[in-house]
Amino acid sequence: MHGLALLAAGSEPGIYLGWGPFVIQLGNFVVIVVMLVLFVLALVLPFTKGKTRK
Amino acid sequence: MAKKVLSESEQIARRPWKGSLREYDLFKEGTIAVIIVTALTLVLAGVIGSPDEPSITLQSWAKAQPNDFVATATTELAGTSETAGYGPPYNNTQGATQTVGPLDLQSLSGVRIPIDTAKDLVITPLSTMPSVPSGVSEWNGASAADQTAWATAYSDALAAAPNNDPAQVATGEYGPVPGITHALLGMAASGALDGVLQAKDSFYNLDYTPTILLLGDGAYFGDLATAQHLTGDQWGMMNETGNYPGQSWLWLFSLFYQIEPFKSAGNADLLVVGVMGVLTLLLALVPFIPGLRTIPRWIPLQRLVWKDYYKKR
Amino acid sequence: MTTTTTTTTSTPPVTPPVVPPVNKADEEEFYTWTGKARGWLLKKLPPEKLLPQDQPSYVASWIYVFGMGAIAALVVIIVSGIVLSFNGPLWWHQSSLGHFVNSTHLWSVELFFVFMVVHLWGKYWMTAWRGGRILTWITGVVAFAVSIVAGFTGYLLQTNFASQWIAFEGKDALNAAGIGAWFNVANLGQIFMWHIVLLPLAVGVVVALHVVLVRMHGVVSPADATMTDSQLRDAPALDAAAGKGN
Repeated sequence: MHGLALLAAGSEPGIYLGWGPFVIQLGNFVVIVVMLVLFVLALVLPFTKGKTRK
Repeated sequence: MAKKVLSESEQIARRPWKGSLREYDLFKEGTIAVIIVTALTLVLAGVIGSPDEPSITLQSWAKAQPNDFVATATTELAGTSETAGYGPPYNNTQGATQTVGPLDLQSLSGVRIPIDTAKDLVITPLSTMPSVPSGVSEWNGASAADQTAWATAYSDALAAAPNNDPAQVATGEYGPVPGITHALLGMAASGALDGVLQAKDSFYNLDYTPTILLLGDGAYFGDLATAQHLTGDQWGMMNETGNYPGQSWLWLFSLFYQIEPFKSAGNADLLVVGVMGVLTLLLALVPFIPGLRTIPRWIPLQRLVWKDYYKKR
Repeated sequence: MTTTTTTTTSTPPVTPPVVPPVNKADEEEFYTWTGKARGWLLKKLPPEKLLPQDQPSYVASWIYVFGMGAIAALVVIIVSGIVLSFNGPLWWHQSSLGHFVNSTHLWSVELFFVFMVVHLWGKYWMTAWRGGRILTWITGVVAFAVSIVAGFTGYLLQTNFASQWIAFEGKDALNAAGIGAWFNVANLGQIFMWHIVLLPLAVGVVVALHVVLVRMHGVVSPADATMTDSQLRDAPALDAAAGKGN
């Protein structure tokens, strides 16, 4: 977590990941990956909540 | 006209559900959601925080890159700066607007935010000084042709000088331009130019247009942005300074600026805005678009969503 | 000789108290704007539909929490925005508490978009526009677009280097589209009011419409549902008017 803070803080330019013309900033990359992971998990994780009525 | 046959599932989708139910507490789920999201937000805010790269001023620019400042001031006088040649809404410059065929949206407003770069950004601010530089009256008394000739010549000379240093320009016919730009540099370095451009004729002013445009005409501002990966050809639109996430949802908007034909197009902004407008409209109309609306049937992820239902049917 | 029999004078007929006429379906008749509005609302969205205690049994997947998650994030955005409003747009540069609140505003926005996008993906793959829910889909996309504009104006209000640059770059897209003269990203006063008044109202209205539509139409049924499913077995026979449509 401390590393995360160090990573994010500071006025130095951030970390950029690039493949050809596609260059993405680390923060944005993490956000996008998180969305994809949440989407997949939402579909595959078993859902156990709520009583059935009727 | 043939009657449209509705599938069973569509009929079911249209009617209120009369089948089996599950207990569901809207308010409880909402409360839990707010608690969880608040907790997440507090943790992320506490651990990662938010970026705050200090703003630059005309003063900090004048002190950091005086040569760039002088060169920019000269282009404002010469009318060769980006702002001077921008067209509406700042001024009327022939052929400056971004067009696609006959479509010229940029001209719609006319010159609604008028900026005369020589007058508004250089001469008028200098005229507010307690002792107005003598070059100003010389400039004001000269013909437009002379003004342009002096400023353009000085601009070229600065570009040719080592390090664009005004102290090392070749001799030439520059009129009062060197004196004026040097005076403006001093005014900026003292902080007075920021105040004067901001306040103009009124005490209260929240409109930063002239200052932003002047900053943008120089190299200093843009170089700082490039260092932070914020420029158009660096996917800058979606980036923030440092490693903080920016507006990742602008990914598609940014993407277009990286690829041809947008990348090197003079009317790139109009093209990209147009394409994004169309795509957004298409997204809104997905239910009507054959093929696009059928992909979920060809790739039935929905069977995962309703796997419980399908198992027990 | 005829005798006129005088009957006892009857008292003038008593006017009964005015009672709204009741029709055979035992529904109240509405004769005022207010009453008619109430009748329309009750018909479109009766209380048990607006605030149900149950949901169809097929609503059993984690994908369903993201809409609510987005709304929860929106609540945090608004609350953190309100706290920022107490002290104005420069507070966060001057106070560490202010900076923290600014961070919560930023992160609640990031979470808002994360949840909203996953919600959008889910709804697409579920073809949730089925069964007359096209307006729900459209209002959702509009909410997305308006939120993006609202977020953009927020970034313009950072009053730091980033907002200077965003204003400088942003003006080009708006000017090219012909609206830059009326929506001046370098005009802090204007953008400020759009961000804290106009756009939150717009987002709120669109999101409210979207949620009301969801409650009105109910959550869409499974794409492959059939009448013979056990979950529907006890349901009254649906009108087999295939082809008649609605």
